[in-house]
Amino acid sequence: MSHSEKATIFNKNEAKVNWHDKALWYVREKRDNAAHKIKGWEELRNVASGIKANVLSNLDNYLMEFEANAQKNGIKVHWASSAEEHNKIIYKILAEKGAKNIVKSKSMLTEECHLNPFLESKGLEVVDTDLGEYIVQIAQEPPSHIVLPAIHKTKEEVDELFQEHLGTKPSGGDPQYLTNEARKHLRNKFLQADAAITGVNFAVADTGGFVVCTNEGNADMGAHLAPVHIACMGIEKIIPKEAHLGIFLRLLARSATGQPITTYSSHFNTPAPGAEMHIVIVDNGRTEQLSREDFRSSLSCIRCGACMNTCPIYRRSGGHSYDATIPGPIGSILSPGKDLTKHSSLPFASTLCGSCSNVCPVKINIHEQLYKWRQLIVKDVKQPFVKKVILKTTGWLMARPKLFNLLGGSARFMLKHAPRFMVYSKLNAWGKERELPEVGKQNFNEWYKNRKKNE
Amino acid sequence: MKVGLFIPCYINQLYPKVGIATLELLEKLGVEVYYPSSQTCCGQPLGNSGYEDDSKGACQLFVENFKEYDYIVGPSGSCIYHVKHHFDILEQTPEVIRVRNNAYELCEFIVKVLGKTDIGASFPYKVGLHKSCHGLRGLKLGSCSERMDAHYSTEEDLLNNVKGLELMSLNRKDECCGFGGTFSVFEEAISVKMGKDRIQDHLDNGVEVITGADHSCLMHLEGLLNRNKQPIRVMHIAEILNNSL
Repeated sequence: MSHSEKATIFNKNEAKVNWHDKALWYVREKRDNAAHKIKGWEELRNVASGIKANVLSNLDNYLMEFEANAQKNGIKVHWASSAEEHNKIIYKILAEKGAKNIVKSKSMLTEECHLNPFLESKGLEVVDTDLGEYIVQIAQEPPSHIVLPAIHKTKEEVDELFQEHLGTKPSGGDPQYLTNEARKHLRNKFLQADAAITGVNFAVADTGGFVVCTNEGNADMGAHLAPVHIACMGIEKIIPKEAHLGIFLRLLARSATGQPITTYSSHFNTPAPGAEMHIVIVDNGRTEQLSREDFRSSLSCIRCGACMNTCPIYRRSGGHSYDATIPGPIGSILSPGKDLTKHSSLPFASTLCGSCSNVCPVKINIHEQLYKWRQLIVKDVKQPFVKKVILKTTGWLMARPKLFNLLGGSARFMLKHAPRFMVYSKLNAWGKERELPEVGKQNFNEWYKNRKKNE
Repeated sequence: MKVGLFIPCYINQLYPKVGIATLELLEKLGVEVYYPSSQTCCGQPLGNSGYEDDSKGACQLFVENFKEYDYIVGPSGSCIYHVKHHFDILEQTPEVIRVRNNAYELCEFIVKVLGKTDIGASFPYKVGLHKSCHGLRGLKLGSCSERMDAHYSTEEDLLNNVKGLELMSLNRKDECCGFGGTFSVFEEAISVKMGKDRIQDHLDNGVEVITGADHSCLMHLEGLLNRNKQPIRVMHIAEILNNSL
């Protein structure tokens, strides 16, 4: 199903759309307020964008520097070229340790690699410990947002889910009660865990350490209690120096939720005595995206989700309408690089309003890349015949003023004189909920000629 | 100063009154205006749909039509943005570069080139300004709510000087209306919902007339207003600025 088909379904419940839109707009406004409080916010974005551009141009060197330093710290470093390799490496580590119960904190990379179903197929239990992630996990759904995974669920829906899966009492969607119940349940999972998997927000080349940001402290709970910690990162998560964290951490939390700092910015540098720490560095299509000049800067993304919160289409169509691991504007420029045909409707799920590029903390020109993907998609992916013929013919006509004007006149004549049922037929998507403009006898061209004549 | 008047294709056919207001307004301001009659379209509908290559003929024709003028002025931010930003698909001859550099959206031309903000108009109504995205974020006609820059707005500068006009404040200052060219039909459900939400914001703030520098957005909003029989009119900013009582 295309984005527009899924969005149409989502829009059948207008009250829910309004609620979804308002919830995310509230986050966007929090972000605005937080950014306003920092002097030089725009300069901070410039600097971050420059550092990321430098990283993408020197990625090989920084990755090797990071690996060497991480190894010096006693971390075991693994390289995976694909999602399959990533999953196999993790399973191998877990199998060697005889780990059965795994706790996982938020990681979009493991979503991208479909790690949970893979490990479950091997008989392991994986529990997502971020509350939002946990909700979508028990609902057997993918996250609909990268920072707020269960933003598409109302508290009443969560109430029902918890009754079914945790045996909670009906509470009418009392957030305090539901959160406490989830905490109780997750606490046991933390205590029983044989291994903890986390994502990585920033991998620091000059120290070989990495930083994981959470608001719930669940990454720390998992990593500190379990004897094995496996951190998974895409190759683009590198920053050159630890000092650069001062730029990125300030931008990330404010852009994501409007907080001055994420509640837990946890620095992992070396395994605890007797424990193991692994890092899996994953490519999975990223070097290919890096090779595409027009789209390489999409790899600068720090996964703050600000482009989703600001996107008027995302807010009104929900994350699942994108049918991709990363939804929203940034996902719409990343996903076509992975599977152009499957994701060919995504770059068109935008009015190119440019708000995404304006909020992006690393200044990715998202809306311009959407435009560029469109040009490639109509060439490489089979297009609906009628749409293609209409647009190509229009292009031909636009270079022929006399014909173009003649046709414009006939169209106007039709609009003026054809009966309403013909104009507002099923074929007219415009007219389903909108009136067409009222047309007059003359166009501007004709008016101008008359005026000239009478001068 | 010779100005070539660019009237976007849909304004030519559907909203000639906007073209007329633009022409009259420029003439009132003492500008020598020419209208090349063999103009068609800037090519934007094709480019935004992914058929940029098929629009090269239209772009080339645009350059041919307007290459001899000191300035090219049009009452549509998004079309002008397309000329300035997306005519990079043509070979960058001196003519192409000249046309791209000298293309101006109407309000920007009045404020920046002519240096005028008070043009003696009067319009005693409560007006809501729709800041169309391509004009705002593309041409930078004003500061954007996402960015932490000092506030400015080319259209507000003009409207605030119109006698009797009360510019109403909106809850969401610059959210997209959902037109988006072919987006309006290929993503019909979202497009309509975005438009309805924009209109509600204007209704909630007591707006009588919605105006803006891009009539394509206004056409979309007007289509919804007329279907739902809501008590707001739309008028292009040129029509308001050309209005004197």
